[in-house]
Amino acid sequence: MSATSITVSDQRTDWDHPPRGRVGMFGLIAAESAIFTIFVVAYLFYVGKSLTGPMPKDVLSVPILYTICLLSSSLTIHLAAKSLRRSNVRSFGILWLATIALGAAFLYGTATEWHRLIYQEGLTISTNLFGTTYYSLVGLHGFHVVVGLAALSMVMVFTLLGKVRAEHAEHVEVLSLYWHFVDTVWVVVFTVVYVIGR
Amino acid sequence: MSTESIAWPSMAAESRSFVDQLHEWITTVDHKRLGILYIAYALFFLVVAGIEATVIRIQLIRPHNDFVSPQVFNRLFTMHGTTMIFFVIMPVLFGFANYLIPLMIGARDMAFPRLNAFSFWMTAFGGLLLYFSVVGANGLYGAGNAPDVGWFAYAPLTSRTFSVGHSTDFWTLALLVSGFGSIGTAINIIATVLCMRCPGMTLAKMPLFAWLNLIMAGLVILAVSPLTAAQIMLVIDRYLGGHFFDTQAGGSAVIWMHFFWVFGHPEVYVLVLPAFAFASEIIPVFSRKPIFGYPVMVGATIAIGFISMSVWAHHMFTVGMSSAANNFFVISTMAIAVPTGIKIFNWLGTMWGGKIEFKAPMLFCIAFLFQFLIAGLTGIMQGAAPFDWHLGNSYFVVAHFHYVIVGGILFCLFGAFYYWFPKMTGKMYSETLGRLHFWLFIIGFHLTFDFMHIPGLLGMPRRIYTYEPGRGWDTWNLIVTIGVFFQAAGILVFLANLVWSYYRGKPAGNDPWDGWTLEWSTNSPPPAYNFSTIPSVRSRRPLWDLKHPDDPDWIYE
Amino acid sequence: MRSQGSNKWRVLGSQILICVYGSGAAFADPAAPLSPTNIFAPASTPAKSIFGLSLFVLAVTGAIFLVVFTLLLYSVVKFRKRPSDDGREPPQVYGSNQVELAWTIIPILIVVALFMATARVIAIVQKQKRLDTTIEVVAIGHQFWWEYRYPALGVVTANELHVPASDDNHLAPTFIKLLSADTDHSFWVPRLAGKTDLIPNHPNSMWIDPHEAGIYLGQCAQYCGTQHAKMLLRVYVQPLADFDRWIQEQRQPATVSNAASQGQRIFETTACINCHTVAGTVANGHFGPDLTHLMSRDTIAAGAASNTPENLRQWILNPNAIKPGSLMPAMQLSDQDLDALTAYLETLR
Repeated sequence: MSATSITVSDQRTDWDHPPRGRVGMFGLIAAESAIFTIFVVAYLFYVGKSLTGPMPKDVLSVPILYTICLLSSSLTIHLAAKSLRRSNVRSFGILWLATIALGAAFLYGTATEWHRLIYQEGLTISTNLFGTTYYSLVGLHGFHVVVGLAALSMVMVFTLLGKVRAEHAEHVEVLSLYWHFVDTVWVVVFTVVYVIGR
Repeated sequence: MSTESIAWPSMAAESRSFVDQLHEWITTVDHKRLGILYIAYALFFLVVAGIEATVIRIQLIRPHNDFVSPQVFNRLFTMHGTTMIFFVIMPVLFGFANYLIPLMIGARDMAFPRLNAFSFWMTAFGGLLLYFSVVGANGLYGAGNAPDVGWFAYAPLTSRTFSVGHSTDFWTLALLVSGFGSIGTAINIIATVLCMRCPGMTLAKMPLFAWLNLIMAGLVILAVSPLTAAQIMLVIDRYLGGHFFDTQAGGSAVIWMHFFWVFGHPEVYVLVLPAFAFASEIIPVFSRKPIFGYPVMVGATIAIGFISMSVWAHHMFTVGMSSAANNFFVISTMAIAVPTGIKIFNWLGTMWGGKIEFKAPMLFCIAFLFQFLIAGLTGIMQGAAPFDWHLGNSYFVVAHFHYVIVGGILFCLFGAFYYWFPKMTGKMYSETLGRLHFWLFIIGFHLTFDFMHIPGLLGMPRRIYTYEPGRGWDTWNLIVTIGVFFQAAGILVFLANLVWSYYRGKPAGNDPWDGWTLEWSTNSPPPAYNFSTIPSVRSRRPLWDLKHPDDPDWIYE
Repeated sequence: MRSQGSNKWRVLGSQILICVYGSGAAFADPAAPLSPTNIFAPASTPAKSIFGLSLFVLAVTGAIFLVVFTLLLYSVVKFRKRPSDDGREPPQVYGSNQVELAWTIIPILIVVALFMATARVIAIVQKQKRLDTTIEVVAIGHQFWWEYRYPALGVVTANELHVPASDDNHLAPTFIKLLSADTDHSFWVPRLAGKTDLIPNHPNSMWIDPHEAGIYLGQCAQYCGTQHAKMLLRVYVQPLADFDRWIQEQRQPATVSNAASQGQRIFETTACINCHTVAGTVANGHFGPDLTHLMSRDTIAAGAASNTPENLRQWILNPNAIKPGSLMPAMQLSDQDLDALTAYLETLR
């Protein structure tokens, strides 16, 4: 049984769509934004409501340096993607590595901050409402940084193996969208935790 | 002009062993096969959750009944609700969306076939995880038990204090896992609809089925994520000593309700929009007219999508919100009735002046129209907050939402099954069995859910394993239970029809309904590549244009 | 001819109205009660305000239903495909701006009207002010019983709430503050008011002003665990003089009786006093209901059983036989101890 073919005489030659990868990544970003929004709402709702224990202004110190690291990594990843589009794989590799290093520096900063909070200030996730909401929100963001770094590292490995070329620029840009999202979330988390909530 | 379909290399049936076939199904990334997997999975759990409902109703057939203990009853209603929503309705709707969207937009598959498979298996695993709790949860008596905290799992009932053992954790984790599957499918649907339409099919020319699933997918992304967040918070409370919902530490039980219902209300639109999609495809074809007011149908759906994010606290009218908050949610709830009501009028307008054929798909859709009207009106009643101070958390609510989900969504689903069964299997179903199914089920539905409103009006709260005699609830509960057996009979006839027709049905051909959308242009069942050449279209009803070259749609659109 | 046709429709219409009103009246007529928990038989101002709103909402939705139902039915009948059909497609109509505008505007107007009626009743119920004669009660929800305190009157009791009748001659509304000791509960006595939840760390309040004396029934309306179904509510509305007398009796400490001293000794040396209070004795537990005036109540176990010596004895011996999953443990007493204990409790009037 043959199928009917639908072809209409004036075929459009200008038929174009947004690229799938970008749309998919925006969908993922939208979903993740919704998750983070709920954690931010919980954080803001519970500001000042802890019954006991250390309060934010007593123990938090503003992580300026590590924030600069993370936000700069958005710049380096943007430049890296541009380099790849122009087929400059070497420059791409250097900038990509810089992005990973800056992201890792941010994680290191978070780790030392947490170490200080837990062992010197006695603030854990179960101490009080502030502890619960702080570690959850910052931790959720940190988790997303870890996942991002894992993906970036995979690309780094492929680059070092010589497998990454200009034709992969679109994929790399889609991945960098995720990274930009992680940085944007940090801007929000930083504002909520270190500016509003303190 | 017609094109031969490309000959698929023939594979003799005997040469593919059962293991090979099983392997093909397990590793498939074909949207049609994944669609069928979703649908089969959902049908299995429909039977399981239906049995749970039957046991619930037997327990409630008379006051002070002892068919099951209170502990078992509480697990039954928790599992019934959770299963039906997450492992029956959502998978079956995702299944139809997966199967039909690429066919309707002239694409060869979904945007991300491997993500598609991943999403299905995540959802499937979530269901298995939930039911593993029956043997694996090691509750207080060590026997393992299913969650018993209700499908919305209010805090602090879900804290370690009041829910010992792991049954609540199975609820949480099962939904977390299947939630990732849902979000994956939603991303896939959005990318497919936005990026893979065939030439000529602008957004304004795609079938309403695609539009409604697109907006449903957007809602999934915005709604399931808050539930994911809340469940992560619950796990942190239960295992890391967190205090998100710990009222002893200053935490709030109400904030769980807000987070849950920010998910829970858009979720019901996630469930209903695909049902509207079915109706919007079936009613025009069986009325022999195009859908009345396509642009407004799209606009109303977008409006529903937006407004649905703002009504959630109408599930919380009794919680003690301020009068300002109560008023806000009254307005938003009543506001959403406007675009929803408009849709009913548009379907009415579609039938008006048409030539209606009462085949099984249309029978179910017509019943849907009447029943959804009633369901919407009982929804408005509850939207009037003071009235809801009585109706909320009573059997009136239970009757209302079953009226929407069974009388609205499930009826459309039955219509969809019958409508697209010929396409998916190449066989025609038995119209006689279809009618028998319809009449058995509709009698049972009305016996159960019409009369279920009354105990609510007479003060019967929900989630009670038994009730007192002398409150005037006895007779109504008896009638409600009797209806269940008619519905069960209808479902059995339905399943028998599916199986019998698959093996013995007459060949259906490409286009048994004289339809107008692209899926009817290809074979039944479609080949793996869907279309031999990617079609290009010029109107909303490409097959109408082909069949009526003297009077094509694109002149009028 | 035309007058005859319209006459027929008028008769049919009035017959329909009679059916509707008749069934409505059956719902609402307190003299022939369908149910002691009928939301359409209000006996207190909040319930009456809601009742008024509900009639308005039912009338509007009923009218919408009739119109749309009729149109749907008409279209399904009139536009069905006839056997004599010529096989041509009907006129392909894509839409109509005027019609679609009309059926957008009209629902918006209906929604506005419904909202305004609703907002009015929200204000009536939620903004009620207290009077000098207001009785203040604190209700604390427990798994699976109700604790009632009258702070200004010095009374603590459980499960059976007594309030004075409030009529036009003497207004005496009761304001109830709603707290919870554990999970979420909900206070729902349909004839007196809509339900309001009891949520830990989230105090709520509600008020009632029942006009007529009597017993009003209800039950917990927010799933709170295993025995949610048997957390029943009994509100005793009494004439003011009777209510005052009840308050005076409840304020007294427990009467000490020599005859029941063996039972009292058992009560005070087993775990009973960990959970229960008997005012004027060493028993000062707060996990379970106050038993000082246990015998003044008609029921035990939050309405799960009537207050008879047999039921009381059974409850102490094996609570799961009456209310499986309740938090009262089986007391593992010998028969003689059990008899003595029951006899003691029988003296707590």
